[in-house]
Amino acid sequence: MRYLFLLYGTSPLPEPGTPEHTAMYADYATAVQTMAEAGVLVSCAPLQPASASTTVRVRDGQTLLTDGPAAELKEQFGGYTLVECADLDEALRWAARMPAASDGMVEVRPVITAGAPT
Amino acid sequence: MTRLVGDLEVAEDAVQEACAAAVAQWPAAGFPASPRAWLVGVARHKALDHLRREAARQAKEVAASAELGPGRADTAAGVADEATDDDQLGLIFMCCHPALSLAAQTALTLRSICGLRTAEIAAAFLVPEPTMAQRLVRAKRKITQAGIAMRMPPAADVPARLAAVLRVIFLVFTEGHMATSGQALVRDELCDRALRLARELTRLLPGQPEVTGLLALILLTDARRSARVGAAGEPVQLADQDRGRWDRAMIDEGRTLVETALAAGAPGPYQLRAAIAACHGDAASADDTDWRQIVALYDELLRYEPTPVVAANRAAAVAMADGPAEGLRLLHDLAADEALASWPPLHVAIAELHRQRGDASAALSAYQAALELGVPEAQRTFIRHRMRGLKS
Repeated sequence: MRYLFLLYGTSPLPEPGTPEHTAMYADYATAVQTMAEAGVLVSCAPLQPASASTTVRVRDGQTLLTDGPAAELKEQFGGYTLVECADLDEALRWAARMPAASDGMVEVRPVITAGAPT
Repeated sequence: MTRLVGDLEVAEDAVQEACAAAVAQWPAAGFPASPRAWLVGVARHKALDHLRREAARQAKEVAASAELGPGRADTAAGVADEATDDDQLGLIFMCCHPALSLAAQTALTLRSICGLRTAEIAAAFLVPEPTMAQRLVRAKRKITQAGIAMRMPPAADVPARLAAVLRVIFLVFTEGHMATSGQALVRDELCDRALRLARELTRLLPGQPEVTGLLALILLTDARRSARVGAAGEPVQLADQDRGRWDRAMIDEGRTLVETALAAGAPGPYQLRAAIAACHGDAASADDTDWRQIVALYDELLRYEPTPVVAANRAAAVAMADGPAEGLRLLHDLAADEALASWPPLHVAIAELHRQRGDASAALSAYQAALELGVPEAQRTFIRHRMRGLKS
């Protein structure tokens, strides 16, 4: 089964160029590398802050753009990881190893795949 | 069926299909020699068909592929023997998966492991039947959608997952044990089910001291069942219970079990609670109880569960060992905590100690405080009875 890890940080992410930023990237690189070696990683990416988001709605043929995220959250949605695991237990073990689990939180969301039970 | 096919929804659907097939075929073809074996066989067949279809559509259907492996292609006659201990354990750990809410875990355990009907579970937890039905549907859906596996967790996860299983069984027991009137029959049923589950788990996981400890705790507590409720359905305090009505066989079994568990040298909260219950079980009266030993056990329990509730129970034991003044001092310290100050049992405990010391007015105001915070009906009757006694 595939699971999407939604990575949330509770505090503002460190600025690029700072030692904290470098350390955070190194932590993620280690976690992601381990998942790749175990053969569970499908894809992953960090995201620019929500302030860089644009939200799109099409109503009556009109495209409406809004500056900012679709939903304002207290937590920063900062990235995602897509994994392929045997079951929830395996996915939860990997999620616990994401740096976000220690300083923020990780939502583990099952992905619908064609033919899977819904 | 669930154990055979590893999927609750599939199993339930398959049984329904099998029953439908029976209705269609039996009148014409005649009743089979063993209707139950026939039904199980057909249901199993239909479930496997379903799982094969699923497996074909989804290469990574782990549960299905495991169930379709060799050794499963046999006749209905062998079905009963196939519900292996591993299957039973897997089902227990699946129903008590911490990815489900505690309410969902409990409901699912009673439905899928104990076999209680939805209406019975709803009555036991005092919720409307549609609410409970909905809770069960959501829980089963989450198991399917989130891919919660029906198997024993890997060794590294066992302590945490086992704690979740024990918590559910203990919750089922306390739900039954705390009731005094009303749904008395259903509640007795909960105590019985919890005891049976704890026995089953002890058999499946021998040498796990906390599992044995939970079984001992349930036995030692449930031994007092008939003495805990008075003629009018009111609760009877431990000190006032007719100890002749305690079930000696259950106490003896519980004491032996907790001694065995503690001898393993890996104590835990259930073993310690059971040891406390065993101290009561051994005593001929409240005065005859080894309260110092109980205080020492509560000290140990506080290391595992540093909660105000445990601290309050410890204070009540201190009052028995060292006199009500010392107990009151500890309870008043606890009452200084804002959250705990609104916990009615704390005020009842304070009132009881004032009453023992002969301070009627302090006792009355503490009872009154408990009443104003709101207590269950049976408890209210008890408090009013105490208050009348103090005023006369």
